[in-house]
Amino acid sequence: MDKAEMLELYRQMVLIRLFEEKCEELYQKGKIGGFMHLYIGQEATGVGAVAARQPQDSLITGYRDHGIALAAGMSARTAMAEMLGRVTGCAKGKGGSMHLADINLKFWGGHAIVGAQIALAAGLAWADQFRQTAGCTLCFFGDGATNISYFHEALNLAAVWKLPVVFICENNKYGMWTPVEKVSAVTEIRRKASAYAIPSDSADGMDLLDVRAKTAAALAHCRAGNGPYFLEVHTYRYRGARTARRKRSASGRPRTRSASSRRCCWIPASPRPRSTASTTKSRRSWPTPCSSPRPRPSRTTVKSGPTSTWRIEWQS
Amino acid sequence: MAVLTIAKSIAQAIAEEMERDPSVVVLGEEVAAAGGTYGATSGLLDRFGEARVKDTPISEGIIVGAAVGAAMNGLRPVAEIMGINFAFLAMDMIVNHAAKVHSMFGGQFRCPLVVRTTSGGGRQLGATHSQTVEHLFAHFPGLKVVCPSTPADAKGLLKAAIRTDDPVMFVEQATMYSLRGEVPDDKDFLIPIGKSDVKRRGRHVTVVAYSNMVEISLKAATELAKDGIECEVIDLRSLRPLDLDPVFESFKQTNRAVVVEESWPTYGVGAEVATRLYEECFDYVDAPIQRVAQKEVPLPYAANLERAALPQVADVVRAVKAVL
Repeated sequence: MDKAEMLELYRQMVLIRLFEEKCEELYQKGKIGGFMHLYIGQEATGVGAVAARQPQDSLITGYRDHGIALAAGMSARTAMAEMLGRVTGCAKGKGGSMHLADINLKFWGGHAIVGAQIALAAGLAWADQFRQTAGCTLCFFGDGATNISYFHEALNLAAVWKLPVVFICENNKYGMWTPVEKVSAVTEIRRKASAYAIPSDSADGMDLLDVRAKTAAALAHCRAGNGPYFLEVHTYRYRGARTARRKRSASGRPRTRSASSRRCCWIPASPRPRSTASTTKSRRSWPTPCSSPRPRPSRTTVKSGPTSTWRIEWQS
Repeated sequence: MAVLTIAKSIAQAIAEEMERDPSVVVLGEEVAAAGGTYGATSGLLDRFGEARVKDTPISEGIIVGAAVGAAMNGLRPVAEIMGINFAFLAMDMIVNHAAKVHSMFGGQFRCPLVVRTTSGGGRQLGATHSQTVEHLFAHFPGLKVVCPSTPADAKGLLKAAIRTDDPVMFVEQATMYSLRGEVPDDKDFLIPIGKSDVKRRGRHVTVVAYSNMVEISLKAATELAKDGIECEVIDLRSLRPLDLDPVFESFKQTNRAVVVEESWPTYGVGAEVATRLYEECFDYVDAPIQRVAQKEVPLPYAANLERAALPQVADVVRAVKAVL
């Protein structure tokens, strides 16, 4: 991967982080309504996976959709306008935070019923298979969605029909506020795919390049006509299941994983381009990619509507 | 014009549309190799091949889920749910997705999907297999709900449903598949969705019905005609969009109405039609509007109990006499 591409992916991750920090602020001010679920902490998963797709490949996700939308190429302006309920939003203000979508980017949404996107993904992939478009579908969902009937019905059908879909479980260890081990008989989620004879792999969701490489391999598997593939990405969301308007602690979840966990501490393992990991001394801050300074003076001013103007500034 | 059963007219409609448009595909339980539980997809597999006519697992959520996803991505699926009672297992996909994706995403996506299913009691299948619940789906903006009462209507309405870009619940009645009638051969024979149809002219009482209740109402009308009572029988044909203009027009002449539905009366089609009549034609009302409907019990198995619970010709006759 060349430097320009690395910088672009890094820019996308930073964009998601700063976009969502602004979302939090506007949510607390009451300018963004409804439910809002932040992707902060999971940036490397979405950016890494989406970076592996070809233009003909489709994307679909659940309600935690800001990151995928921006990684797919939606402008921050369009996404924020939707959050603010403006007609200039991607869904003309009819969808809101949980229903971002852009058909031109083959980003089929933001679907707010847990697990529904897994069923829809099977259909998207079926249409591509039927029309022989060579397109595959990347379907994102959380660990919490793997206990719902859609997950099992869709994996079964995808396997039986050999559908070109990559199921990407973003295992952020919590379904809403409940830890995965309390609600899932199998905590290594990829094992569920084996029940449907779907090959699987796992990736480090804090490692952009690992996610990208594993997604590319999964897509190659699908594109060769071998049927679906399952990728479990270990990640962590730093915010609550959804943003609360009142003050509350970090939703009752520990900020770090237990020492017995494979990953002993999540916060320091903040998403980053891992190619420079060996040269990065501190994991506590966003590392400088390669040897160049942070991309600046990149300043994006987003006008979301007549009354709201905000800007993203890269902090150095 | 050929004489066909409703099952055959449906198979013909699907075959003609598959012939016309290569993006039309059929999926569901037993629709391919077996030709459909009621024979309504018979012959399609041989003619169009297994890429376009697909048997699915017994898995209603994914039948409609895959159909919605495929519809968004360029296909025109005709999904069969064996019985409307099982459509509850796909209720989320139908009402939260099929009905929503067009509007909720600002018009970016279309969902040209037909969900064919079978409704109704009268076959001694017990309470969970005998419900008449198409009106529940008609509650949701974004869905069309079509309920044909004759072989010709079934063909023309189904062809129109397959051609529309909106999701359509196409609800057939299990006891009607063998009903015979003349069906036009024209490959572009379409009946627009959202147009009620006057099935019998009359000047004394307006009888509003749909699906198999049309047949019952027509039988009642024949009986009543012997006593000199002329009923105007109007077939709604679709519950959403609901075309009540012919009902209003008729009611302004008759000033009396009976609404016949197979389902329970509470929150039902009769409630909707009667309310709309009161709203639109209040000054014309000469008698309280009557509803003929199923008794408010889970439908029993025993034939005599089932018959007692379902609306019969005699119930319609009695209701008509009550409004006179």
